[in-house]
Amino acid sequence: MHLTLHVWRQASPDQPGRLVEYAAPDISPDMSFLEMLDVVNERLIQRGEEPVAFDHDCREGICGSCGLMINGSAHGPMKLTTACQLHMRSFKDGDAIWIEPWRAKAFPVVKDLVVDRSAFDRIIQAGGYISAATGTPQDANALPIPKPDADWAMDNAACIGCGACVAACPNASASLFTAAKVTHLGALPQGQPERERRALAMVAQMDEEGFGGCTLHGECQEACPKGISIDAIMQLNRDYIRASATKVEVAEWTGAA
Amino acid sequence: MALTLDAKIPAGPLAEKWDRHRFEMKLVNPANKRKHSVIVVGSGLAGASAAASLSELGYRVSCFCFQDSPRRAHSIAAQGGINAAKNYRNDGDSVQRLFYDTIKGGDFRAREANVYRLAQVSVDIIDQCVAQGVPFAREYGGLLANRSFGGAQVSRTFYARGQTGQQLLLGAYQALEKEIARGGVAMFERHEMLDVVLVDGKARGIIVRDLRTGEIESHAADAVILATGGYGNVFYLSTNAKGCNVTATYRAYKKGAAFANPCFTQIHPTCIPVSGDHQSKLTLMSESLRNDGRVWVPKRREDCDKDPSSIPEADRDYYLERKYPSFGNLSPRDIASRAAKEACDDGRGVGPGGRGVYLDFGDAIKRLGRQAIEERYGNLFEMYQRITDEDPYTRPMRIYPAVHYTMGGLWVDYNLMSSIPGLHVLGEANFSDHGANRLGASALMQGLADGYFVIPYTIGDYIARTPLPAVSTDHPAFAAAKADVEARTRALLAINGTRTVDSFHRELGKIMWDKCGMARDAAGLRQALEEIPRLREAFWRDVKVLGAAEGLNQSLEKAGRVADFLEFAELMCRDALHREESCGGHFRTEYQTEDGEAKRNDEAFAYVAAWEYAGDGVDPILNKEPLAFENVHLSTRSYK
Repeated sequence: MHLTLHVWRQASPDQPGRLVEYAAPDISPDMSFLEMLDVVNERLIQRGEEPVAFDHDCREGICGSCGLMINGSAHGPMKLTTACQLHMRSFKDGDAIWIEPWRAKAFPVVKDLVVDRSAFDRIIQAGGYISAATGTPQDANALPIPKPDADWAMDNAACIGCGACVAACPNASASLFTAAKVTHLGALPQGQPERERRALAMVAQMDEEGFGGCTLHGECQEACPKGISIDAIMQLNRDYIRASATKVEVAEWTGAA
Repeated sequence: MALTLDAKIPAGPLAEKWDRHRFEMKLVNPANKRKHSVIVVGSGLAGASAAASLSELGYRVSCFCFQDSPRRAHSIAAQGGINAAKNYRNDGDSVQRLFYDTIKGGDFRAREANVYRLAQVSVDIIDQCVAQGVPFAREYGGLLANRSFGGAQVSRTFYARGQTGQQLLLGAYQALEKEIARGGVAMFERHEMLDVVLVDGKARGIIVRDLRTGEIESHAADAVILATGGYGNVFYLSTNAKGCNVTATYRAYKKGAAFANPCFTQIHPTCIPVSGDHQSKLTLMSESLRNDGRVWVPKRREDCDKDPSSIPEADRDYYLERKYPSFGNLSPRDIASRAAKEACDDGRGVGPGGRGVYLDFGDAIKRLGRQAIEERYGNLFEMYQRITDEDPYTRPMRIYPAVHYTMGGLWVDYNLMSSIPGLHVLGEANFSDHGANRLGASALMQGLADGYFVIPYTIGDYIARTPLPAVSTDHPAFAAAKADVEARTRALLAINGTRTVDSFHRELGKIMWDKCGMARDAAGLRQALEEIPRLREAFWRDVKVLGAAEGLNQSLEKAGRVADFLEFAELMCRDALHREESCGGHFRTEYQTEDGEAKRNDEAFAYVAAWEYAGDGVDPILNKEPLAFENVHLSTRSYK
């Protein structure tokens, strides 16, 4: 296949970026999208041009490192597929492909297609966990959990933290990411003691990071490579409202009070 | 100068060693813990669980990872499950049996005391993970589900769909983030460790490169933990993530930490075959698939290109069931891999290049229905279809072995301390528990055992017993190590040759796969030992690394890692050449039984080979830690 790429190049966070056109001849349909970029990069290096920087690691759709806007879609045209698992057979000979980084205020560009997603880690820090210090627990089977609850928890725990939901959202909201964690932990009995505080603190952090609010466009669930449902956001909203009603102060939770 | 390798195995009966040791170890009082600092390199299962647990105890922890978030460490990709001797199935499991299976699975090349402790703490891991909210699979009654895995006849594997590693890592990651929020852990993402710093013979810090700014930084602490994973990417193509590398452990080796059994690498039998030269990595299909899938190749060579559904039952060779009737498709990884290679070497392989065998779910779908199979393996089937464009529900999968895990690693004693005082090594990065072959669902167990339940005790004992005068990064040892790292970076950028880093890496991978892969012999290894130094010389003369030392430079990162692989590969071949026996994943074709099974030589090789760096261009020194088996009988491993 012969393709034409338009790739976002940006040398550093404080320099302006632009789209640069590259010819990509002789691409095999069996290559993954990132393998295609590898080939393009090898050719760039041979010509003495700096290769395109992009985040990637496991290349099997689970680490969440890769994240590219491909022709305006987060992770490209195939549903339930990360960029690393997208194969070139999804494109046609002669296609032009536009490749850009995630665009969101809370995800500043580091270089080319690499963005800073540390805001996600800070949302987890705000409350995306169950406080169970090592060595304290009881026997694992002492706490039966109905299978549907465990399955629902797992559906939401499948989030890979790639940021596609933010990139796809017209408001650049991190609601689906935040909601997936709140819903995962809230579906389990172990997660109950911290449930309300968790919702308040994580939402507060999400706002703090500069993500937009959720207006239920639903683009996030369309873009999510792990199929996380917008139902999680309903759950987040319920938890948030209930927590607000019980007047648990975020300050009290974070220890700032 | 040969090292004295004291494994520090506690006295007493096997089952009492760990308890006794825990009592005899010195404690650091809670008020004093916050005066002590620990560096943890790596944030996978071992690193994240150690960092979180040590912070919970009150130590001041700094944790480093090269990825943009600790959640991305490669543990995340483990699919199948985690073993634990819970015996929830009432099917005859026990700590003793898990211990025995693991020792035998490792072909009697691991330390009894370590493996027994691993089996003991395995039960605590499941409790810990459930408490953190890890959504393990459950039965309708609400209790935990199990499945069986290769090399075991009991059902002791806990799992979370095909994403067990992800869920366990997220549990540890969330505990780590909790501790970061509390101020107990300082997290350094996008930081790569490039050297370890010794002061007065003890590990007291590290040199890292901030991958965003390019700045070379020094960090000091009272003790250093490496949890930096395995070196499977020395083969270029492996199931490891692209970033996995040997740099941290290899640099530690060059500073005096012995490297143990580097030739013990695991080739996983069920991976998606290579599709072309562009291939950048290989994808594993969980071993759990072998619970329901049947492995076969055509009996006749001329049938290989036929549509598999057109080959009648009588013309199929279910070779694992034929050769190993009691374990069948659940034979251990090394055995299943070699059997696949044999079938393909015999010209009966399927798919492009004849390097593939079928993993067929036809019978299971007939027996259980498509829905049951979908529930068990849905995500794996989807992954397979995405990559190959073939539907495994209607056409058998094609699989072939690929490099997956490395049992070798830095030598550690019972306390997980390397031969450098204060330098501790956890998880895949150490050599300790899997001998010459790791059983399925045991890597997650070991990573978490080391991080949650071993190092929190043993590092306290080290700190309590060791005089640790304050050391700052102004110490000349830091300046010297930093200058070395900077000089190396400059050297890589200055070459400006004609070949890309990847082209060298691919070439190295091919040498290693051909001559130090699934089967090895002395002639091939000797050849490799000539080819590798030549390739290394070409690399330092002709590699092309563009860009600057400042700022994000992914080519430079890769170049540094490949430079270390080019040295490390030689150590691996040297180890493989010296071990004149076959055991586990190390199969020397000269040493096999009449029916082609691995032939161990316990008289001569029942030891850990711990290699000691002796200078560039100088042969490394072989140190031997004899393995004493007091509780198991050294038998020929049979899965027939």
